[in-house]
Amino acid sequence: MPEGTVNQGIGASVRRKEDKRFLIGKGNYTDDINRAGQLHVYFLRSPVAFADIVSINKQKAEKASGVAAILTGEDVAADGLGGPICGWVPTNKDGSAPSEPPHPILANGRVRYVGDHVAAVFAETLDQAMSAAELIDVTYSEMPAITDLKTAIDSTQIHDGMENNTYFDWELGDEAATNDAFDKAATIVNVDIRNNRVIPNAMEPRAAVADYNTGDGRYTLFTTSQNPQLTRLVIGAFMLNIPESKFRVVAPDVGGGFGSKIYVYPEEAVCVWASKKLGRAVKWTADRTQAFLGDAHGRDHISEVKLALDKNNRITGLRVDTLANLGAYLSAFAMVTPTYLHGTLLSGVYDIPAIYTNVKGICTNTVNVDAYRGAGRPEATYLLERTMDVAAKQVGMDPAEFRRLNFIPKDAFPYQTAVALQYDVGDYEPLLDRAMAMIDYANFESRRAKSAKNGKCRGIGISTYIEACGIAPSAVVGALGGRVGLYESAVVRVDPTGTISVLTGTHSHGQGHDTTFAQIVCDKLGVGIETVEIVHGDSDRTPFGMGTYGSRSLAVGGTAISKALDKVIAKGKIIAAHMLEAADADIEFKDGKFTVMGTDREKSFGEIALSAYVPHNFPHDRLEPGLEETSFYDPLNFTYPSGTHIAEVEIDPATGVVELVDWVCCDDFGNLINPMVVEGQVHGGIAQGVGQALYEEAAYNDNGQLLSASYMDYCMPRADHFPSLKVENLVTACTHNDLGVKGCGEAGAIASPPAVINAVVDALSPLGVTDITMPATPQKVWQAIQAAQTKAAE
Amino acid sequence: MYSTKYVKAKDIDDAATIMASAEDGKFLAGGMTLIPTLKQRLANPDCLVDLSACGLSAINDDGSSIRIGAMTRHVDVAESALVQKAIPAIADLAGHIGDRQVRNHGTIGGSLANNDPAACYPAALLALGGTVHTQNRSITAEDYFDGMFETTLEEGEIIREVSLPKPEKAAYVKFPNPASRYAMVGVFVAKFADGVRVAVTGAGEDGVFRASDLEAALDANFSADAIADGTVSADGLMSDIHASAEYRAHLIGEMTRRAVKACG
Amino acid sequence: MQTITMKVNGVSTSCDVPDNTLLVSFLRETMGLTGTHIGCDTSQCGACVVHVNGKSTKSCTILAAQLEGAEVTTIEGIANGDELHPMQQAFHENHGLQCGFCTPGMVMSAIELVEKNKNLSEREIREGLEGNICRCTGYHNIVKSVQDAAGKMGG
Repeated sequence: MPEGTVNQGIGASVRRKEDKRFLIGKGNYTDDINRAGQLHVYFLRSPVAFADIVSINKQKAEKASGVAAILTGEDVAADGLGGPICGWVPTNKDGSAPSEPPHPILANGRVRYVGDHVAAVFAETLDQAMSAAELIDVTYSEMPAITDLKTAIDSTQIHDGMENNTYFDWELGDEAATNDAFDKAATIVNVDIRNNRVIPNAMEPRAAVADYNTGDGRYTLFTTSQNPQLTRLVIGAFMLNIPESKFRVVAPDVGGGFGSKIYVYPEEAVCVWASKKLGRAVKWTADRTQAFLGDAHGRDHISEVKLALDKNNRITGLRVDTLANLGAYLSAFAMVTPTYLHGTLLSGVYDIPAIYTNVKGICTNTVNVDAYRGAGRPEATYLLERTMDVAAKQVGMDPAEFRRLNFIPKDAFPYQTAVALQYDVGDYEPLLDRAMAMIDYANFESRRAKSAKNGKCRGIGISTYIEACGIAPSAVVGALGGRVGLYESAVVRVDPTGTISVLTGTHSHGQGHDTTFAQIVCDKLGVGIETVEIVHGDSDRTPFGMGTYGSRSLAVGGTAISKALDKVIAKGKIIAAHMLEAADADIEFKDGKFTVMGTDREKSFGEIALSAYVPHNFPHDRLEPGLEETSFYDPLNFTYPSGTHIAEVEIDPATGVVELVDWVCCDDFGNLINPMVVEGQVHGGIAQGVGQALYEEAAYNDNGQLLSASYMDYCMPRADHFPSLKVENLVTACTHNDLGVKGCGEAGAIASPPAVINAVVDALSPLGVTDITMPATPQKVWQAIQAAQTKAAE
Repeated sequence: MYSTKYVKAKDIDDAATIMASAEDGKFLAGGMTLIPTLKQRLANPDCLVDLSACGLSAINDDGSSIRIGAMTRHVDVAESALVQKAIPAIADLAGHIGDRQVRNHGTIGGSLANNDPAACYPAALLALGGTVHTQNRSITAEDYFDGMFETTLEEGEIIREVSLPKPEKAAYVKFPNPASRYAMVGVFVAKFADGVRVAVTGAGEDGVFRASDLEAALDANFSADAIADGTVSADGLMSDIHASAEYRAHLIGEMTRRAVKACG
Repeated sequence: MQTITMKVNGVSTSCDVPDNTLLVSFLRETMGLTGTHIGCDTSQCGACVVHVNGKSTKSCTILAAQLEGAEVTTIEGIANGDELHPMQQAFHENHGLQCGFCTPGMVMSAIELVEKNKNLSEREIREGLEGNICRCTGYHNIVKSVQDAAGKMGG
């Protein structure tokens, strides 16, 4: 870095470039976009969970004021349209393929969850479309709703041809070796786990604006997507049969995703389809109710966990049997989330010689369930970290020391787990030690005693997690049933005047890529951050990429940028060698200058850029004009962030209210590009995990009605739910990417739920409470205390 | 929202006249409940009669009670030095309704006319034995509430102001619904020279109610210790995903203890 | 239809809109001020908060017709030219925003909160923001931003 300049490179907490537009109201979200002459579409949704559609009478509605058209499943079938597809499909344990029942974008003959799309009403205004929808007369022949995971297998088939309402029955690990471990165990720990169903609730509801240009035959879709390129591929190639080159998909500013905006949903496909069919642009914006009823939900597992210990309390075996509720239809990552993103994480940070897991993906009359911040890894971490606490208690050890005893030692890397992954690097004890110091673990009992004097129950809970992120490489993904590759792309385009555009296949919807990716450029090229623009989200502008999820954008997309920058520098050296009349090999690039080694002959980056586009005397046999390089980067492995989170809670036993009074964490994300942004990601992840642990629940009744379908009943975490969060980092650099980075987007959401619940159970254990399911609401805590007291009295 | 006609009334007589000419009109006070209801198409009035220009937002002290104009915003009640001095429990209650944006617009008259079973003001009116004054008559709290979302207001009847007798001591303690932050249980305890009155909101299947068992216990001994566990029966209490009737019954006892303690 | 005359961000404006037009629709669709957002339909998320006659207001829960003659300030109206309002600047300095969707409402609520009480405790700030939901930040840096701005706004 040239002297006297502010550090804007890797490791600096640069304030975000994207902030200003959001702070002055100049963000550009999908609902901010309007097209001339657009129609508004409203989706009539099924009010019942499971029924055959006997008839749809739309005559009256079609005549209503402002109505342009009403389309139903019959129209979809007549036009031969496909539905959303599954992007990653594991194999059943008997070697057969899982069931992938069709998902028509408008229900055809049968509805399978409350909220299923029955008709699309197009009108001049949204109010007119809503009014017309009320005039559509649908006759349903209802069947009993199937919502319970345990009994779904024995219930009526929801999809023709799919037996036992089971999408798949998958296994991983060595069952015989695991059985053997239990046969020889000194201690066996049994834990029943329920991972509650939650709703992502990005603050921006989903929206789509589609337009078809009869002149050039091209479609344009603006949509709230985390991966517009995949949206184009899926809608174009699998649903509507539109050549990709005739289809532009733009995800402009997107107001949070958390997984829910990865998938292609029926609504956006309907907008695209109708824009040509009706000859008008079509706009759809979900209200929050539709978001509750239509966005993919998250989690929803029941697991039976068994842990085997030897006489020294070392873990020798783990068995996990899981039922995963996937809802009425499958979406893109529905099948991989509870399998390869869950089963492969069951070793956690522990040295476990034998592991076996069986997971069944179950169909119910509920909204589809798919990846939600963490995706499979929070479920694995929750069951494992709860089990660690139960095991520690069972053998009379401090939960921190029990974990420490079973950690993978730092000299064991690379470490091959019993569930397919190979961890490249990590060092777990310092993370635990630091977090324990941060919260003053040693003096917790005096704080507990102080709380007790005030009539409160205080508890502390630890979670030592690992995650596999930077989701890739293509070879592994492909071998495990992935239908896509998981590389990432970058184009670094240097303009004649030396400004730089980076075109990335990832998408930023809050992560701050405009800034952090630019920092990589600053670091490598020695330019100021104001000269760098990051371009994402427009299929016409960016190279094909896989989008943003699974904490992959930096580890995979950032590395692609780094590699494209290396190519720019390499070409710059050739240009410099030509300009300075030196050998290519004699040019070095440092601090933004190309220099002939050992001399003061140099060219600035700007001079090289200009020369590249004014190549008056370039030797064209060995040097092309221009300075623009592309990289498609396919990594060698996942990355493995890890850390320790510790929660401290205080519970009022008179009301059951849990107050989070302290939170510390020490994470290892590898090298940090922007510590400020990393901290922010951790804060947000923690809040979502705390939300799941204490407040949030998608509650269905027996009829398949979603009881928590608005913020009146679905409790979102608010500012007053949290103490100040203490976040620190230690670093072991990733060994297999150029930047040594691992990813940080999901860690908080993965680590935090078990820390909270372990703390709650710890707080209540003096009262005889041994377990509580998420969310630990006041009522549930109070009931647990009552039940324990009744039991004690007996 | 369905289409409707909006009219801002000049005064209370004007409002009544406009309403009389409407087929299915609704009075619009702060709108904090009515507008969301309209947005969700749960009501379809042909006319909205806005009362904000009717001059109904004065707060007065008439010695034995305070009188609050129906269109007085929650924020203004909460910040009123007069209310803070005369019945601090009312200022405190108003200062914790909804969120600050709701308090900036929501009104006491709107809250009482709507009689949401989880609203706070009904508990205050009932516990203090207040009176609702309309353009035609005065209705005592006992005669005013008529079940969930129902009152004895007649069609076209407009609340002008509310009078609330000053107690010796009073406090309101709310246990908010975790999601909506409406009262899941709210208990207003008021101690007068002639006895203790306790009103409960958020919990009853028929809306706000007086808890006679609690009143009797506190009449005998105005102390938190007077409320034993199990004093409150779960019969007639609401049950939902957030709280069973039993849990609500427990919370009523607990919130009552806290309210008594807050009375000092 | 109603003819509505109000001052939006200091500029007088007069428009004919249907009686049932919400203020948020008036701002977004009639005025083209899309900085104010809609995040829910039960008046809880606060993405739509603006100031009406200086009071923070959920613009999804009030009709434009109710605001004849009112002064409305939106997120677009608080900076002084290129100079950000201290609250905007504090959100930038303290990484108080991520996806940006809740940000306009959060900033408008926070400004009123601080204007009413410049000596807010952390707890008061957290409670004062109960009408605004953020899904990205865990609120940590929002609270820091408000504390920072309170100092600069004369606390």
